[in-house]
Amino acid sequence: MRNTITFARGGVHPHDYKSLTDKIPIKNAPIPAESIIPMHQHMGSPAECMVQQGDTVREGMLIGKATSAFSANIHSPVPGVVKEIKQVYLPNGVKGKAVVVAFEGEFDQSGKLQELLNWKDMSKTDLMDRIKQMGIVGLGGATFPTPIKFSVREGTQIEYFVVNGVECEPFLTADHRLMLEKTDDILTGIQIVERILTPRKILIGIEENKPDAILLMEEAVKDKGLDIEVIPLKMKYPQGDEKQLLVSLIDRQVPSGGLPMDIGAVVSNVGTIFAIYEAVVLNKPLIERIVTVSGYCLKNPANLKVRLGTKIGELIEECGGFAHAPAKLISGGPMMGFAFADPDTPVTKGVSGIIALSKKEVKSPSETPCIACGRCIASCPMGLSPTVIYKWIEHGEYEEALAEGLMDCKECGCCGYVCPAHIPLVQGMKLGKIMTRKKKI
Amino acid sequence: MENKLSLIISSSPHLHEGSSTTKIMCAVILCLIPAGIWGICIFGIYSLFVILASILASLITEFIITRLQGRFTLSDGSAFLTGLLVGYNMPPSVPLYIPVIASVFAISVVKMTFGGLGRNWMNPALAGRVFVMFSWTGPMTTWLAPSAWGRVDGVTAASPLGFIKAGLLDFKGNISGPIEFLASQGYPVGRTAPPGSGWLNNILASIGRIFPEGYGNLFLGNIPGCIGEVSALLLLLGTIYLFIKKIITWHIPVSYLVSFSLLVWIFGGNRFGCGFFRGDVFFQIFTGGLMLGVFYMATDMVTSPLTPKGMIIFGIGAGFLTFLIRFYGSFPEGVSLAIIIMNMFVPLINRFTRPVKFGIVKEGKE
Repeated sequence: MRNTITFARGGVHPHDYKSLTDKIPIKNAPIPAESIIPMHQHMGSPAECMVQQGDTVREGMLIGKATSAFSANIHSPVPGVVKEIKQVYLPNGVKGKAVVVAFEGEFDQSGKLQELLNWKDMSKTDLMDRIKQMGIVGLGGATFPTPIKFSVREGTQIEYFVVNGVECEPFLTADHRLMLEKTDDILTGIQIVERILTPRKILIGIEENKPDAILLMEEAVKDKGLDIEVIPLKMKYPQGDEKQLLVSLIDRQVPSGGLPMDIGAVVSNVGTIFAIYEAVVLNKPLIERIVTVSGYCLKNPANLKVRLGTKIGELIEECGGFAHAPAKLISGGPMMGFAFADPDTPVTKGVSGIIALSKKEVKSPSETPCIACGRCIASCPMGLSPTVIYKWIEHGEYEEALAEGLMDCKECGCCGYVCPAHIPLVQGMKLGKIMTRKKKI
Repeated sequence: MENKLSLIISSSPHLHEGSSTTKIMCAVILCLIPAGIWGICIFGIYSLFVILASILASLITEFIITRLQGRFTLSDGSAFLTGLLVGYNMPPSVPLYIPVIASVFAISVVKMTFGGLGRNWMNPALAGRVFVMFSWTGPMTTWLAPSAWGRVDGVTAASPLGFIKAGLLDFKGNISGPIEFLASQGYPVGRTAPPGSGWLNNILASIGRIFPEGYGNLFLGNIPGCIGEVSALLLLLGTIYLFIKKIITWHIPVSYLVSFSLLVWIFGGNRFGCGFFRGDVFFQIFTGGLMLGVFYMATDMVTSPLTPKGMIIFGIGAGFLTFLIRFYGSFPEGVSLAIIIMNMFVPLINRFTRPVKFGIVKEGKE
């Protein structure tokens, strides 16, 4: 065993439950008869709807246009007819317009022989432009628009480009499978990003619970003679967060309120890299992603390649339905994901997994008063005092909560995971943030 | 999808490590039980009634008060633990009304007036003990000789620390330390070999040492003292479980013991005319309920600081105060008072030992 590294402060070690799906190859989910494509699938402002009811759309056609630099294009995942335009709620609480497309007609790209574009002839601006046109956002879950992430300020030298293959959330194996099955494409994607960012060094961070991916990546890097370092990391949640990953890999802290670029680094998820590869080389917009559908309640957990807009209920049926009734459905991972109830909820760009938890798994004792054990403080990777912040929020003292660093909280869930009193600390943080934003307006 | 599912909607995280307040309290209670059984064995069955009276009084008080508030909190186990600790801190022959009053005071005044579990700023069990200590000093300082001393029921004896405190008042001379002093004054701790000390000597023989008889009695708990505090060995064994379960961390116990031991080592010999750096550390840490205080009272989560740094300050302060009270105060033991005084400093310590936030660059450091 090699000596592996990790970040020092905070973090927890939940059981990873990855063995449910980590040996199962990615398979294509069926094309949905009806896709629901929300216009707000990313961080930033929603895209502007470009189609009307009754319009015919083609596969990959632009149907939502980015409204600002901090936004992203939305494309139709299937060919068909716009059935209606309606309001939908997404599990993360976003409410907005969504285009409903009834599938009909022929695919333009899927199932046809692909012409590989020669990206090496493209200029840096062309590549950036393409990433922007294809609506690429960070697929790790935060859905931060990738073009902004790659916009290096004049005179800034990017020292490190970090590829995030950590996937620290329990249950999720989408990135793991992608690294195993699309190794070469990911490396090509990395080279494309290298062209854009011209970093001094490229690192791939992978947690050691994926030894096959580490090995495969290392071999592929060696075969191609690339100057990329694959670094195995000791397991610890939330290492997949770029702030913790940068501490693990290069021992630098992103300043409070800043971006990795402030310390000369850019971090991208392997899923995002693969999407960049597809966008640049295959000329394919972001209309598909890998989703891990897992949990002991499901008959056949799987890693699925899903058209965005597919109803989650259909994915569950694709996995054979429920073996026994779930008590909670989660969009995303179990530590940071969102619970939802509507099986018609569509898959969006940020949905890395669908987890069905049984009654036994979600059962928890009722809330008791805080006994000041300090475990939330010890587990907070951001060095905050969740119990203190929570108490301020409980009393409506949002200014005090802000002074304690409320905005540095990224809702990773470590505090709630360890709290013996079962206090909804993360819920408190979310409420506090909403209330402070409201007060500012 | 098929038929209707009933699904829970709640905020993340959706997984939990599985700990709970009740589990923590139960683990602490479990770890305390061996030391209590030891106390009952050597001081007689009456000790059991003392412990039961404390627990019952504590549970009933909490039940009545929370009932009036329209809630039920006995299931978190904290009232049981408080009662148990009050019982452990009672001398074995104490009249039953004293532990009952201590428990009622602990729960009603110290705990519930501030809002119940988690809101009290002072360890309820210790506050209860100190309250009755000052109210009924006589019965609270009357100790029974342990059965291994061949005691007839009801024979009282002074605790080692109390004996020394009283004996040193008119002592002039030169003696090597507390064990020697006790032996010279005819106190039995230095003479009797503790039952079952043979295996200890076997272990120590491998490093060429022998466990002095007096220390063996102290370590195993063959001395007069409070019911639950005498057996250092069993209390330490329970502590191992608490450490494994990560219910307590090393910060408070270690800093407490280190600061106390250092001070004892440096200044402890003065009283016996031995000069500096001759203090008898082992004698001091195995007497006067220090083990119970260090591992089970000072580490009480509610009334100790939040961060490791704060815990170390807390421990050092408690060690210093215990030393001060034992050696220069009028009380022989001082653990409960030291911890209670440090409890009062906890909000202040918390304020000055906040964790450094991630990504905060210290100003002026380029």
